[in-house]
Amino acid sequence: MLDIKRIPIPALIGIVLTALFVLAAIFAPWIAPHGNGEIVGDVWEPMSATHWLGTDNLGRDLLSRMIYGARITLFIAVLATALSFSLGAILGFSAAVFGGWFDTLLSRLVDLLMSIPTLIMALVVLSVLPTNLVTLILVMGVLDSTRVYRLSRAVAVDINVMDYVEAAKLRGENEAWIIFREILPNALSPLVSELGLRFIYAVLFLSTLSFLGLGVQPPDADWGGMVKENKDGIVFGIAAALIPAAAIAALAISVNLVADWVLNRTTSLKGGRG
Amino acid sequence: MADSKAKSGILLDIRNLRIEATVFPPGEAPKNIVLVHDVSLTLEKGKVLGLIGESGAGKSTIGLSSMGYGRGGVRITGGEVILNGRDILKGGKEGFRKLRGREVCYVAQSAAAAFNPAHRLMDQVVEATLLHGTATRAEAEKRAVALFKKLSLPNPETIGERFPHQVSGGQLQRVMTAMALCSEPDLIVFDEPTTALDVTTQIDVLAAIKDAIRDTHVAALYITHDLAVVAQVSDEIMVLRHGRLVEWGGTRQIIKEPRQEYTNALVSVHEIEHQEQKPGTTPFLSVKNVTAAYGRSHIKVLKNVSVDIYPGQTLAVVGESGSGKSTLARAITGLLPPEEGTVTFDGRPLANKLADRPKEDLRQLQMIYQMADVAMNPRQTVGTIIGRPLEFYFGIRGRERDRRVADLLDKIEMGKGFIDRYPAELSGGQKQRVCIARSLAAKPKLIICDEVTSALDPLVAHGILELLLELQKEESVAYLFITHDLATVKSIADSIAVMYRGEVVRYGAKSKVLTPPFDAYTDLLLSSVPEMEIGWLEKAIKGRRMASAGN
Repeated sequence: MLDIKRIPIPALIGIVLTALFVLAAIFAPWIAPHGNGEIVGDVWEPMSATHWLGTDNLGRDLLSRMIYGARITLFIAVLATALSFSLGAILGFSAAVFGGWFDTLLSRLVDLLMSIPTLIMALVVLSVLPTNLVTLILVMGVLDSTRVYRLSRAVAVDINVMDYVEAAKLRGENEAWIIFREILPNALSPLVSELGLRFIYAVLFLSTLSFLGLGVQPPDADWGGMVKENKDGIVFGIAAALIPAAAIAALAISVNLVADWVLNRTTSLKGGRG
Repeated sequence: MADSKAKSGILLDIRNLRIEATVFPPGEAPKNIVLVHDVSLTLEKGKVLGLIGESGAGKSTIGLSSMGYGRGGVRITGGEVILNGRDILKGGKEGFRKLRGREVCYVAQSAAAAFNPAHRLMDQVVEATLLHGTATRAEAEKRAVALFKKLSLPNPETIGERFPHQVSGGQLQRVMTAMALCSEPDLIVFDEPTTALDVTTQIDVLAAIKDAIRDTHVAALYITHDLAVVAQVSDEIMVLRHGRLVEWGGTRQIIKEPRQEYTNALVSVHEIEHQEQKPGTTPFLSVKNVTAAYGRSHIKVLKNVSVDIYPGQTLAVVGESGSGKSTLARAITGLLPPEEGTVTFDGRPLANKLADRPKEDLRQLQMIYQMADVAMNPRQTVGTIIGRPLEFYFGIRGRERDRRVADLLDKIEMGKGFIDRYPAELSGGQKQRVCIARSLAAKPKLIICDEVTSALDPLVAHGILELLLELQKEESVAYLFITHDLATVKSIADSIAVMYRGEVVRYGAKSKVLTPPFDAYTDLLLSSVPEMEIGWLEKAIKGRRMASAGN
C-alpha cells in the first residue's frame, strides 16, 4: 500500500531527517565519538577534523553533546506529547459525548488551567516538586493537554451530532465505542495536524525550561540547555549556541513535513487509496 | 406575444459543446474524462428549455457553460457558445465579467447556501445591477421591489431589509429569482430551484417563477430531475444522460410520445403496483396520545399523536417540513422522550428514554436516514458498517460474520466486492442500500424510514422502493415510512397518517385516506404533487382551498 515512489519529495525529506534524528537519539552511545560529559579539548574550539562541530563552553565535544541531547530532547518531547494527546483527546471526546455537568466541570477546569500562563505555572510547579524526568514529562503533558482538550472537544461536538453517531447510539453502543470507533477516526485529521505542532511546542517548551534552569539538569542537557550553556559565546562570534538552535529548527520542519503528509493521507475518505 | 418574440431570433446557440475534467483514479495516472459529449442546443428569446436527467447527466454543467463557467476544475474544451450573436468563449475573462450578472443570471438550487448571510437581501439583489452600472441604486431598488411584488413575496417594500435567515426557504428562493431578474438579463439559468423545497412550497415558487418568466420575456434554461416540474414551465425539454443528448423536443411530445426508451423510463417512473394489506387484529407497535416538545416544553412539536403499526405492513407518515413527522420517529426511537403518552411494543410499554431500553428492544427498532452519506461513518468499510449489528446483537464474528455480510449484500443486490469499500466510494443509491442492509442485519420487526428516497434521483429511488417492498415480503418487517412525496406513499403504504403542525389530521387505510372527501390540508398536499400534465400548475393553484404553511 505504501509505495515509496508516491511519497512526495517534501514528505520524503521530512521522513529522512526525522529518521536521522530518531536514529541518533536511539543509538547515541554508539554513534557519539566522545562521552556526554567528557572534556576533550579547549573551550569553544572551532570546527575541526577531530571535533566536527567544535567544542562547547567547558571544552566538551559539541557533536557528542548534540547526539546525547537529541536523545533526551526527543524522549521528553515524545512522552509529553503522547501524554497530552491521550489525556486531552480522551477527556475532550468524553466531554462532548457525555455533555452536561461532566462537560461543564471539565471545561471550566481547563479554562482555569489555561488562564494561568503556562510558563509561570510550570516554573512554580517545577520549583516545588523534585526536578526529575517524570515530573518534567507530567507537568509538560498536563499543561499541554488543555490545548488538545479544547480542540478535541470542539471537533467531537460537531461529529457527535452526525447521523452515524446517532445510528450507533440507537443501536445501543456504549460510550467507548462511540468515542474510539465513531468519533476518533473522524477527528484524526485536525488532531494529526495539531500533533506536529504540539510536538514542536513541547521541544521548545522543554528548551525554555532548560534555558531557565528548571528543565534537564546538568551534566545532561537537551538542546535548549545547550543554547543556554553556549549563549555567552555569541558575543565572541562563536557559533556553538546556534547549532542546537538550528537542530531544533530542522526537527520542527521535518516533523511537520511528515505530519502534513500523514494529514493528506488521513483526510482521504477512500482509505488512502485515492 | 410569443410569436413576435420567436421572430426576433435565436438568443443562445450552443454548438458541439465538449466539457472535460481531470480525474485522479486510485493507483493510476491522472486522466481526462469527457463530461459532455458534443451537445448542441438553441434557445429562442423568451423561451424556456428544460434540461432533465439523473445526477451526473451533465445538465448543470451545460447550464453553467452558457455563462462560460466550469465548476470545480471543469474545462470547456470544444464547441461554441453563441449568446446574442457572439461566441462568449472567445471573450476571455473580461468578456465573462461583462456577461455574467448582466446578460446571463443564475438561480442556484439552495438559495439558503447561495446568499451571503452577513448582508441584507436588498444589497445582494441589486448588487449585479449596480456593478454593471445599468441603473442607479434608487432605480434598481424600485425594480427589485416591483419584482418582489410580482413574485408575491410578503411585504415587498420591506422584505429587502431582512437578512437571509429571516425569511423562509421558499421565499428565499423567490428572492433569488428576483435577484436574477433585477439586472434584466436575456437569459436565466435555473439550477433545480425547487428541488430542496416542500411540495406545498414548490408549487408557489414554481408559479411565481413561471409568471415572472412570462411577464419579463426572459429566456431560461430550467435544470431539474423532476420531469413533472419541468413540464409545467418549459416550452421544450432536452433529456440528457451521461453527458449525451437522449432526446430533444416540445414538452408535449416528450411527455406524451417519448421516442427514446430512457425518456419513457423517466416518464413512467413512479408506477409501482402495491396491493394494500388489511390491518391485522393487533398492532405490535402503537403510539398513544404522544405529546413531545423540544427545549423546555415551550414548543410542542407533537400534539396528542396516536398511530398503530401492524406486523409486516407499512405506515406512511406524510406532511410538509415542520409538521412533526421526523419528531414522531424520534419519539418512537427514544431519542426525544415524549412528555405525555406511551409507545407500546409487543403488548408492553416501551421505555421513554433510549438509555432505559434493553438491547433487545433496540434491535427490534431500526432506522434508515434521509442522507445516506452522513448516516454511515465515512471511516468504516461497508463490511464494518453492515457487520457491526451482527457482532453487537448476535455476537457473530470472524468468517461467519463475513459470510452473513455477503448474504446481506446479496439481498440488497450488491456484490461481495463491496465489503472493503468505504462509503465515499459508493453512489447515492448504493449508500442507501448499505444503510438498508445495516438495519436488516439486526433482524428488526420495524424499520423507520425517514425520507429515504428524497435525496435520490427518481430512477434510483424507484429501485430502492422496489427493494424495500421485496424485503418486506421476504422478512415480513414493518415500515414506518416518513415522506413528503405522495407518489412514494401511493406505491408503498398500507395505511397513511397525514400530519400538519404536530397533529395527525387524517389517519386510516391507504384507500380510505386517498378517497374524497378530503380535509383542507390533505387536499392541499394531494393537489400540490406535480403531475406530468401540461397546465396542471394553473389548475392546481386555482383549485387550492388553503395556502401552504411554509409561506
